[in-house]
Amino acid sequence: MTESPTRSAADQPGADDRSASADKYGRQASTGFTLSGALRENEAHDHPSGPDLGGGGGGLPPRRRGFEPLFRFFTTGAGILVLVIIVAIAAFLITKAIPALSANKANFFTYEQWFPNDPSNPRFGIAALAYGTLLTAVIALILAVPVALGIALFLSHYAPRRIATGLGFVIDLLAAVPSVIFGLWGRDYLAGPIGDLSAWLHQYVGWLPLFGSGGPYGNSILLGSVVLAIMVLPITTALCRDVFVQTPTQNEEAALALGATRWEMIRTAVLPYGKPGVIAAVMLGLGRALGETIALAMTLGATFGVSVDIIHTGGNSIAANIANAFGEANETGRGALIASGLVLFAITLIVNVTARAIIYRRREFAGGTS
Amino acid sequence: MAKRVEAVDVTAYYGSFKAIDGITMTIEPKSVTAFIGPSGCGKSTFLRSINRMHEVIPGAKVQGKMMIDAEDIYDSHVDVTAVRRTIGMVFQRPNPFPTMSIYDNVVAGLRLNGVRKKSVLDDAAEKSLRGANIWDEVKDRLKRPGGGLSGGQQQRLCIARAIAVEPQVLLMDEPCSALDPISTLAIEDLIGQLKDRYTIIIVTHNMQQAARVSDRTAFFSIEKTGDPGRLIEFDDTTKIFQNPAEKKTEDYITGRFG
Repeated sequence: MTESPTRSAADQPGADDRSASADKYGRQASTGFTLSGALRENEAHDHPSGPDLGGGGGGLPPRRRGFEPLFRFFTTGAGILVLVIIVAIAAFLITKAIPALSANKANFFTYEQWFPNDPSNPRFGIAALAYGTLLTAVIALILAVPVALGIALFLSHYAPRRIATGLGFVIDLLAAVPSVIFGLWGRDYLAGPIGDLSAWLHQYVGWLPLFGSGGPYGNSILLGSVVLAIMVLPITTALCRDVFVQTPTQNEEAALALGATRWEMIRTAVLPYGKPGVIAAVMLGLGRALGETIALAMTLGATFGVSVDIIHTGGNSIAANIANAFGEANETGRGALIASGLVLFAITLIVNVTARAIIYRRREFAGGTS
Repeated sequence: MAKRVEAVDVTAYYGSFKAIDGITMTIEPKSVTAFIGPSGCGKSTFLRSINRMHEVIPGAKVQGKMMIDAEDIYDSHVDVTAVRRTIGMVFQRPNPFPTMSIYDNVVAGLRLNGVRKKSVLDDAAEKSLRGANIWDEVKDRLKRPGGGLSGGQQQRLCIARAIAVEPQVLLMDEPCSALDPISTLAIEDLIGQLKDRYTIIIVTHNMQQAARVSDRTAFFSIEKTGDPGRLIEFDDTTKIFQNPAEKKTEDYITGRFG
């Protein structure tokens, strides 16, 4: 061990204490210190930047080894691990999906139904599922983002500090509720009120195709979207609040000194400053909405079909369908579900790249002053 | 359009801490008045109480009267935003809106006033930027972000933004303390030009600057840390620097304390 402490440390991650001490003792042996040297070494640990680093008689202290290479090895390894995991996931999805896709008798991108388990004639398509995934996510964001921005601005610029702290805690608590609870609550409690709302919407704005259905109401795109909206609210709110709180005081005072009211100050200084952060927050919310599985599996009608109507019983999403259909799927059926997972993977990738592109494009205007 | 500022027994607090105590002074229109004094003497606090920016800080409040041409801005029926539109302010650190272009920065105040017409905004932008001696430097890049300018240019941009709404009074809180000597000179020249049209009040730590730019000088001081700041002496700048009436002023001017 004393011959090559660095390599032994590299071979045995987690043995850093031992290898570091081996290095320490090796160095002490060469400089001729024994017990007093060890004590000095401890002092040196207490004052790492002190002039006397236990190097012994005069000159610059020797370079301290041991921990640095080990830490670099650890961080590099962690970085590589991420890449390996992503590649492994993509490879898994693609290799499992290919046999099912080649057995598919229907067009995977335009077919709306899902019969992959028919041994002689497997037919399945992503159209209805992808449509339902995007539709529920978009409606959820339309419902959640204005509320999230309102709460975030209230917490950052309107509420007294004590109320802001308390309310912020409640919001964070909402983020900690497991999604299956939201699903249960949505299906067993919220379905009634949303059904009533659906009937009301149909009666008064039924000329809109969105609310064209005369019923039955129940597990619908609208119900799923409302539950999703509640679920993406906490993370979006928390991120927006963090961004708004960071607005430089000098920007806020610049607006106020020009005669801005509180709202005008927010519009002039806070919102433009926080825009990239708000976009990031919305995209994170969108990511959560797109990938949400169990709550939608419990609140959507699990039908297949593309319809602009959002109040009629029905609706489905990629993730919800995987949860619902995996249990009774055969080999091809599982492959088909994995293929749909690949599409979901691609959608979230596109969403993320788009968000980053938006943030990057405005970067020049987002920097701090002076 | 320049107006007289008349403070009557103005006292300001941060929470329970009294920062300035009983300040009474009259500042004539179309003049440059410099506030000098050691750190913590309340000169910035008093400046910020002139356009009601002091009360922006949580817990801060002001007592007394602040008359702008015989109208008390602390009267309960007065609209705070109107006060701040009448009394422009330039801050210690240049603070252009980082997300806005140079043009948008200059017209930000006009837009807050509801001006939408492009020709009006264009005219005001050019006039204000010329007024702030920065037009020639930025006229070809009005759509570029204001944060890309040098510190001195940013500060002149902020002055342009402040004068674009045609205020009656212009407050400057150590406007050159974050700038190099050449930029400082540019701002001082600008102050000399602006006093033809505005009542200018400038807080400065630089006594040479006070002597160079101001007509009148007010000296503020505190007895010791924790005491409220008081106005010690207020007179013509030449008198303050050559023949001050108060011993404290003389000690400060000659560098014996502070």
